[in-house]
Amino acid sequence: MSSIMISRIRQKQISQMIASGKRLDGRGLTDYRPIKIETGIIEKAEGSARVLMGRTEVVVGVKVELGEPFPDRPNEGVLTVNSEFVPLASPEFEAGPPSEESIELARVIDRGIRESQAIELEKLCLIPGKKVYVIFIDIYVLNHDGNLIDASALASLAALINTKIPVYVVENGEIKKTSEYMPLPMRNYPIAITFANISDKLVIDPWLEEEEIMNARLTITFDKDGRICAIQKGGQGALTPQQIIEAAYIAREKAEELRMLVVKN
Amino acid sequence: MFFFENRQIVTPGDLLAEGDYIAGNNTYKDGFRIYASRLGLVEYEGRTVQVVALNTVYIPSPGDQVIGKIEDLNVNGWVVDINSPYKAILRASDALNKPFRQQKDDLTSFLDIGDLILAKVLAFDRTIDPILTIKEPGLGKITQGQIVRVSPAKIPRIIGRKASMINMLKRETECKITIGQNGIILISGPSPEHERLAILAIEKIAQEAHTSGLTDRIAEMIRKEKSARL
Amino acid sequence: MSGKIRLIDENGLRVDGRKPNELRPIKMEVGILSNADGSAYIEQGKSKILAAVYGPREVHPRHLALPDRALLRCRYHMAPFSVEERKSPAPSRREIELSKVIKEALEPAVFLEKFPRTSIDIFIEVLQADGGTRCAGTTVAALALADAGIPMRDLVVACAAGKVDGVLVLDLNDLEDKEGEADLPVAYMPNLGLVSLLQMDGLLTIEEFKQALNLAIEGCKQIYKLQKEALKAKYIAIKEEVETCLQS
Repeated sequence: MSSIMISRIRQKQISQMIASGKRLDGRGLTDYRPIKIETGIIEKAEGSARVLMGRTEVVVGVKVELGEPFPDRPNEGVLTVNSEFVPLASPEFEAGPPSEESIELARVIDRGIRESQAIELEKLCLIPGKKVYVIFIDIYVLNHDGNLIDASALASLAALINTKIPVYVVENGEIKKTSEYMPLPMRNYPIAITFANISDKLVIDPWLEEEEIMNARLTITFDKDGRICAIQKGGQGALTPQQIIEAAYIAREKAEELRMLVVKN
Repeated sequence: MFFFENRQIVTPGDLLAEGDYIAGNNTYKDGFRIYASRLGLVEYEGRTVQVVALNTVYIPSPGDQVIGKIEDLNVNGWVVDINSPYKAILRASDALNKPFRQQKDDLTSFLDIGDLILAKVLAFDRTIDPILTIKEPGLGKITQGQIVRVSPAKIPRIIGRKASMINMLKRETECKITIGQNGIILISGPSPEHERLAILAIEKIAQEAHTSGLTDRIAEMIRKEKSARL
Repeated sequence: MSGKIRLIDENGLRVDGRKPNELRPIKMEVGILSNADGSAYIEQGKSKILAAVYGPREVHPRHLALPDRALLRCRYHMAPFSVEERKSPAPSRREIELSKVIKEALEPAVFLEKFPRTSIDIFIEVLQADGGTRCAGTTVAALALADAGIPMRDLVVACAAGKVDGVLVLDLNDLEDKEGEADLPVAYMPNLGLVSLLQMDGLLTIEEFKQALNLAIEGCKQIYKLQKEALKAKYIAIKEEVETCLQS
């Protein structure tokens, strides 16, 4: 969105740099900002992670409860993704009902995890049709300096890998909690890669100022086998089909790189 | 190079011309290409390419005569609905012939909420709301007649080339017809029947604005209806 | 995803008898709601959707007004009776997301800068849903915008492609969307050659994605022809009527 917050001269500097193949913060067009990942930062949560992507900071907590399955999926656990843009993260964020941006963010992350079948939900059923594990992923944006999608996707994946779920036993239709924990069963590791279209060039991992002058945003999420599992175009502009295809090839490579940061061995 | 026949219907995004042409109304230029930006009839006239839109929004322009409705009052004037995205302001000083005394004068005794006025646009740009005046002969509160609303896009057709259509309408219907550029038309005639006839004719013009031979057809219709009704 | 239901039969036809690259029957009509500044209706298969445009008009609440352009707002909403099981009329998270992506699909086509400090409001009501409603909703909203006389760079037309039973198909219906392997909704501005809505769920390789994107764009181009016809139809009908009157 073209913003009046950022001065015209700054807009011009950023877009001229990009037109010449460089970026104002010194990065190349397809470079990420420095990424730092920590896991297990919230002891009360079954899984958690903090991701710093430049100055963007996101914390994800995974909570696990027991609940009812969806009627059309009686043998599967339930996945819920939610995101909060808490007011401390940006002067633009306000308290109150979730904004359309925060709903979109949660749904894009949800799609990546769900469509790649990252969590083995069928292993999370205790009594078919009655009791299953419910996995809550809560995305908490703590500092917004752009590209919330990639940071949140990475933090969600790191938190899921970090998650230990309590082991239950079913005896005579009764569910009993044991003292044991097991890792959340996972089979796939989706990674979201986001581009901003500025000066008709696609740049990876836009920071906030770049987001404010971009005309369109494109997120492509790849699974561990290099298949696309989610796409989301955002922003008020449009892209050529060629740009989109080109982005897909770049994103597939980048996704490999980013995945190495969270998935060991 | 032109890509359509003159007066063919075009839709937004249609490539109208390529080459050294001037982009007229309801078109836009990208390099040497001119595209339509509204649904309408394309017109190639000399080097100008334009689209006569079938529907538009009224955007005020200084000098326009408009018909509006008083919607609200503020400390020194009125707020007027002129069938535009922008509410117009009529300041007391552009309405009264004497100095306005805020403490003593009751604005509603001049113009009250719901009153219709015939006014002229004094000023308007992208940053300020349109400002009206009624301090010219013929302008002011409307006290009689009936109102017809049409798309502002149809107004040029209702006036016609060199006012041929409007003059014919006035002559044949014996009504006084006052046109607001904002798509609101005031009709006042010797009887409600005369007025109804004029309304019928105007609605038909609006409906068939994009067809040719319209003035003759409308004249004929009025004569027929007149002999049947009056 | 389990593929319990066969979506492609032994003759290579789909559940509703279509060929993989075939659209559902489409019907469009423009200017059907007298209160709105612009309106349109679409039927695409069993999906039935209405769109209305109000504006440019004064922005309410006022503090949302933008100094340099119009505020474009869009509400995609499903009627409670539009689906098998009654849907709560309160906007769901899905509807809020779709409202956003549809708005962003239409935004690049509209000359918003011509109407600073105003709003243009688009209301999309899904009366019956049978898959592809975000796409049909985008197509019909673009018609309503053009009908309202709002200046546009291009029309916007949308269509999904996807993968069912391993086959790439065009314009998925609800069953294909739910049971298939991937769904790729695309909005396209045909004269500008630009994609303004792009989402995907499911799994596709890059090769499949390329083909599906092309398939969806081809579908958009077909719908675009119908969209233009619908826009002109109302005026052509009057013109023809007048001409036949003159001849007789």
